Amino acid sequence: MYDFSALYEATSVQHAVELMQAHPSAVLIAGGSDVLIKMREGKLAGAELISLYKLDELREVTMDPDGSLRIGPMTSFSHATKSPLLQKYMPVLGESADTAGGPQLRNIGTLGGNICNGVTSADTASTEVAYDAMLEITGASGMRKISIHDFYKGVGKVDLQPGELLTGIIIPKESYEDCYGYYIKYAMRNAMDIATIGCSVNVVLSADKKTIQRVRISYGVAGPVPMRARSAEAAVNGQPVSEATIELFGNAVLNDVNPRTSWRASADFRKQIISETARRGLRAAVERAGGVF
Amino acid sequence: MVVGKSVKRVDAFDKVTGRAKYTDDLADKSALIVKIYHSTIAHGMVKSVDTSAAEKIPGVVKVLTCFDVPNLPFPTAGHPWSTDPHHQDVADRLLLHQHVRYYGDDVAVVIAEDEVAADQGVRALKVEYEEFPFVLDVQEAMKDGAPQLHDRFKNNILAHTGYEVGNFEEAIQEPGLVKIEGWYDTPIVQHCHIENHICYAEEQFGKLVIVSSTQIPHIVRRICGQALGLPWGSVRLIKPYIGGGFGNKQDALYEPLCGFCCQQVGGRLVKLDVSREETFVSNRVRHAIRYHITTYARPDGRFVARQMECYSNQGAYASHGHGIAAKGAGAFKQIYVDDKATKADAYTVFTNLPAAGAMRGYGIPQVSFAIESSVEDAAKALGIDSLKLRQINMMPVGYVDSFSKNCNYFDSHNQCIEKADAYIDYKRKHAEYANQTGPIRKGIGLAIFWYNTAVWPISLEASSCRMVMNQDGSVQFEIAETEIGQGADTAFAQMVADTVGIPLEKVHVLTTQDTDITPFGTGAYASRQTYVAGFAIQNIGTQLKNKVLSYAERLMNKPAAELDLVDGIVIEKATGETVIPLDELATTALYSLETAEQFSAEGTTQIKSNAYSFGCSIAEVEVDIPMCKVKLVKMVNAHDCGRLINPQLAEAQVHGGMSMAIGYGMGEQLLFDPKTGKPLNNNLLDYKLCTMLDHPDLKAEFVENFEPTNPFGTKALGEPPTCPGAPAIRNAILNATGVSVNQAPMTPHILFERFKEEGLL
Repeated sequence: MYDFSALYEATSVQHAVELMQAHPSAVLIAGGSDVLIKMREGKLAGAELISLYKLDELREVTMDPDGSLRIGPMTSFSHATKSPLLQKYMPVLGESADTAGGPQLRNIGTLGGNICNGVTSADTASTEVAYDAMLEITGASGMRKISIHDFYKGVGKVDLQPGELLTGIIIPKESYEDCYGYYIKYAMRNAMDIATIGCSVNVVLSADKKTIQRVRISYGVAGPVPMRARSAEAAVNGQPVSEATIELFGNAVLNDVNPRTSWRASADFRKQIISETARRGLRAAVERAGGVF
Repeated sequence: MVVGKSVKRVDAFDKVTGRAKYTDDLADKSALIVKIYHSTIAHGMVKSVDTSAAEKIPGVVKVLTCFDVPNLPFPTAGHPWSTDPHHQDVADRLLLHQHVRYYGDDVAVVIAEDEVAADQGVRALKVEYEEFPFVLDVQEAMKDGAPQLHDRFKNNILAHTGYEVGNFEEAIQEPGLVKIEGWYDTPIVQHCHIENHICYAEEQFGKLVIVSSTQIPHIVRRICGQALGLPWGSVRLIKPYIGGGFGNKQDALYEPLCGFCCQQVGGRLVKLDVSREETFVSNRVRHAIRYHITTYARPDGRFVARQMECYSNQGAYASHGHGIAAKGAGAFKQIYVDDKATKADAYTVFTNLPAAGAMRGYGIPQVSFAIESSVEDAAKALGIDSLKLRQINMMPVGYVDSFSKNCNYFDSHNQCIEKADAYIDYKRKHAEYANQTGPIRKGIGLAIFWYNTAVWPISLEASSCRMVMNQDGSVQFEIAETEIGQGADTAFAQMVADTVGIPLEKVHVLTTQDTDITPFGTGAYASRQTYVAGFAIQNIGTQLKNKVLSYAERLMNKPAAELDLVDGIVIEKATGETVIPLDELATTALYSLETAEQFSAEGTTQIKSNAYSFGCSIAEVEVDIPMCKVKLVKMVNAHDCGRLINPQLAEAQVHGGMSMAIGYGMGEQLLFDPKTGKPLNNNLLDYKLCTMLDHPDLKAEFVENFEPTNPFGTKALGEPPTCPGAPAIRNAILNATGVSVNQAPMTPHILFERFKEEGLL
């Protein structure tokens, strides 16, 4: 039995915007894997809900005419994992999604929800940050497009104004083309867990597979929001595929991150894992790209 | 004969088709809902509870607070009652507490028409406290000046016992001894049974009827009577199918409070369904115990003297109390037998933490971690193979414990080790894996354990049962020993079938215990049920069979002594020829116009014996040092639990126990904020119970030495499988890395600290 006062079902994006305007204190519910838990805990008790469940138009992965991948934010984790387009062009996103929770959660939880709740540990967020995803946000005055880097404002806070909802996650073609990614979820268990550290690495190698042309790395739980390790990326861009580069990368990421000590893990322990996942993530991404050590 | 065969569970069909009814299925939907307000401080006095806002919420029927409950302190432990006041459990609970002793203590309840209103009511209560200092650490709590939890227990010491076998101080004077010592810490864990505790109550026919998810219906009836000031017979306790218990439900949990709520709303039906978050904190947990073990050994490996100190963290209320630490202390002197002296001191101490009670293993998972770690450490210090060191010192064949009179009849430990080794190749690997280098290393570790069956002679062992025969020769079988998911009903049915002489499908086990109907008995704990029910079934089943044969004698004019009942047919012993089918005989007897008789038998069987149950666990691991992670590659347990009643169920029991041991060794630990005493991870996301993907293939092996004390040759298997796994994993990590980890669970956080200390990182 859940304690909510009203449920409004949106039948289109436009309708959802109208409902948000009519019920400004209402909470959006997509898959419900966060909202229902908060409601059960009493944090959202008595809330009004606007359900996005019927918005099938937001529930698919397609390719835009310019070659960008467009991920509907209502796409579930399991649909992302099974999407032929993602499997072909950006398998790491589906692989990241496949590490979240258990099968039941992955069938209801959505990729949009995973970033709109603004948590640093979100498994798909690190990969989207590592691929410089663009976000389409729709409100009463129309649609705006922002970088995922500008979307995160702080713990649990994202750049969604009243009456706005996320309507598209876009991976530009130049971001995924010739690019190979790898996601490491470091958690205490092999399933049903939250990341202690999430690390998503992707690389573009030179034609001869001997040089790292571009590397991007993003972490979950290394800071208050998913974050890139920019100085480490800069240090490794243009470096040869080698053990020394791996070592350089593993050390350099520590200059970019500032993890906290909490009861969940100490900062020193997180740094150990941040450094080691950088090494292993880069190695795996390079190997996927055809590089040989 | 069906004993010894892997017959299908008698409840399998109903359980897999959803027909089996559990407490919540049985509760009428009209039930009022009870929700508990739990203390939000670790220690203090409730000064006032403002209920006005809660009472205004639509649907709220009644609010009861700690100022409304009777002053009738009661014990909660699921022990058999003792008529000797000195052996009775500590009565330190009230239904709700003004003096709150841990974060999560029960302060007030809201009774409402539905769950939402009850939750809203709880959130609307305003509780004022006078805060006291609190203490979480067991040794801190013993110090002078530490916050006191219970007036009559000075320095928070609930109990302190000790023993000295031989003269310890003299023994350690022997020249040339090597001294090895270590501190070993075990965590607070919770049972995590699938079905949280739930109960409901209503008044019917002048009685308070409580239906509860419990392991011990007759004991809970007694405790409800004590807590509510009712004659025990005025409480009727019913136990349907339950979704596991593992000892948490071997305590009166919320049945007394639920009964009180029912009384306070005029006897209306009220239901109290505990959430998972509450289960972690406000039910029972396993005692965290800290040990200090000192071993004095000769260079050849013989233990001359060992000493153990143990500090058992009881939490806020006595519950099962010192029994847990004391059982471990008893194991210490028995599993290894020192040449000259053994000394132990065990303290059980109150702290401002959730109350610790019974949990699968009852002190043996804790003490096994300490003992088996200390033996491995001793082997390392002495430069002796650790298996050999165990074999030099472990309980010899023929050993008799002076207190329980248990005898080590067989060479069970060596037989179990051999069986486990044959599966996993321990001896070769243990030598091969020593002295590895590199970031990823393999290791293998072994641990043995001591266990005994049932509670005699510390406590009562008796079992009552009833058998009533129908026209078709089938039998209703009623016993107070409970099915809690482990398969007890099936084992009982097998033993009844063989004893009476009827086919298995003719045995109808009445799975629901109802204290108004079911004969008296104490329930599921101490790995006792198959053992003690075996005596009861043999006794009562033989009586029933004799009644059948006597009737057959009169009817068929053949001496009963020459007859037997086999597979539902009365036969002539000598020839095996059919005398009369049982259905015909039973029908004739029931409808006889001259000598009508329903064949039935019932009674109490006293048990005055106990039996050792031994075995080992071997774990193989792969340690990823830079990632601070341990992967379990393979694991095997080997047990001598006597003759197997049902091999497949026995195997399942072992798998489940191994799984709990993996969690105990690698992931599970209830954490508390040191600044507030607040639980940090009382949910299944943050409390790292292992998932299927964290398990290797689990292998169960058995050595079937027929237990001489028991009519079916069987003994404990319920708890033993969970005892040796954690130290086996610990010793495997040591084998792989050379690093000893002296606290469970051995999480990546702990491994990181230890690997850094030892220079591996």
